[in-house]
Amino acid sequence: MILDTVASLGRLVLETVGRVGYAARIFFALLGASVGLIRRPRLITDQIHFIGNYSLVIISVSGLFVGFVLGWQGYYILNRYGSEQALGVMVALSLTRELGPVVTALLFAGRAGTSLTAEIGLMKAGEQLSAMEMMAINPLQRVVAPRFWAGVISMPVLAAIFSAVGVIGGYIIGVRLIGVDEGAFWSQMQAGVDLWEDIANGVIKSVVFGFAVTFIALFQGYEAQPTPEGVARATTRTVVISSLTVLWLDFLLTALMFS
Amino acid sequence: MQRKSLDLWVGIFVLLGAAALMFLALKAGNMSSLSFEQTYSVITKFDNIGGLKPRAPVKSAGVVVGRVADIRFDDKSYQAVVTLHLESSYKFPKDSSAKILTAGLLGEQYIGLEPGGDTNNLVAGDRIKMTQSAVVLENLISQFLYSKAAEGSGGEK
Repeated sequence: MILDTVASLGRLVLETVGRVGYAARIFFALLGASVGLIRRPRLITDQIHFIGNYSLVIISVSGLFVGFVLGWQGYYILNRYGSEQALGVMVALSLTRELGPVVTALLFAGRAGTSLTAEIGLMKAGEQLSAMEMMAINPLQRVVAPRFWAGVISMPVLAAIFSAVGVIGGYIIGVRLIGVDEGAFWSQMQAGVDLWEDIANGVIKSVVFGFAVTFIALFQGYEAQPTPEGVARATTRTVVISSLTVLWLDFLLTALMFS
Repeated sequence: MQRKSLDLWVGIFVLLGAAALMFLALKAGNMSSLSFEQTYSVITKFDNIGGLKPRAPVKSAGVVVGRVADIRFDDKSYQAVVTLHLESSYKFPKDSSAKILTAGLLGEQYIGLEPGGDTNNLVAGDRIKMTQSAVVLENLISQFLYSKAAEGSGGEK
C-alpha cells in the first residue's frame, strides 16, 4: 500500500519534470521558428492588435483605479506621520517598481492569456494544427510564434500605460480631491524616482513577465486535450500557472534588482 | 478589418505606450534634472566619505552645480578619492573647500562646495585641497556616551 503511494508520488514528480523539459524544448523550437518570421511581420502586427489593443481598456481603467486607491490609502497613512507631501513619490515608486509590471501581468494573463490558450486549444481540437503540418507549414512558425512575439511586445507597452495612468490617478485624488500641494507632489516624485533604477527596472520586469505569461498561455493551448473540457482545463491552468510564475519571478527580480 | 486600419490601430497602441513611458520618464522620473551640459573634473580626497554615492549632487549655496562621478580608494594615502564633475558654466576659486553634508537629518549625503578667495579658478584635473569628511553618526554617539561617562565618574570623585 505504502509502496503504491510512494510509486505514484514518484511518477507524479517524474511526469512534472518531464513536462517542464518538454516545455523547454518547445520554447527553443519556438525561438528557432521565429527566425523565419522576419519575412512576415504582418502576422505579428495582427496579433499585437488582438492582444494589445483589446487589452487597453481593462489595463487603463484598472490603472486609473489602482492609482486612485494608492492616492487615497497613501494619504491616509502618510498623514499620520506628517509626511503627506511624500504622496507623489510613494504613488510613483509603488507603480513603476512593482504594481505596474505585476498587476498588468496578472490582468494580461487573465485577459490575453486565456484567449490565446483557448484559440490555440480550439485550433488543436479542430485539427487545424495537424492540417498545417500536413501541408508542410510549421504550426509553431505560422500560428504560435507571431502570438508569442506579439505578447512579448505588448506587455511592456501595457505596463507603461498602467503606471502612467496610475500616477495620473494618484494625482487626481491626492492633489485635486484631497488637497496635497501640487508642487510638492511632482517635485518630490521627480527627486525620488530614478530613470534607471526604478522606471527601467520596471520595464525589464514587464518584458520578463511578457515572456513568461505568453509562453505559458501558448504552451497550455498547444498541449491541451483536444476536447471542450480539455480546453477549459487548459485555460484555467494558464491563469493559475502564469499568475504564480509572475509572482515568483517578481520576487526573484526584486531581490536581484533592489538588493 | 481592413489591413490599413489594423496597422493604424497597432501603431496608435505602440505610440500610446511610448507616450506613457515618456511621461513617466520626464514627469515622474529625474530625467529632467539630468543635464547634458559640459562639465570639468575636479578631484577631492576625504578621510571618510560616509554614505556618499556616485551621482550624488554637488551643491554650492544650496544649488546643484555638479555631480559626484567616481569614488575610489587610494591605498598610498588611505583616503577616498572622489571625482566631481562640475558644470562648466560655474567657476570656483582654487582654494574652495568641500564638505560632505547630509540633506535633512537622516537623508542622502551630498558634497557642499564653499568658495575661497583665490583669484585663480579651478580647471579640469585640479585638486581641492581643503576637505571635511562626513559626520559618522556612530562616532558622534560614542563620543557623547564617553563624555557622559567621564562627566559622571568625574562628578562622583
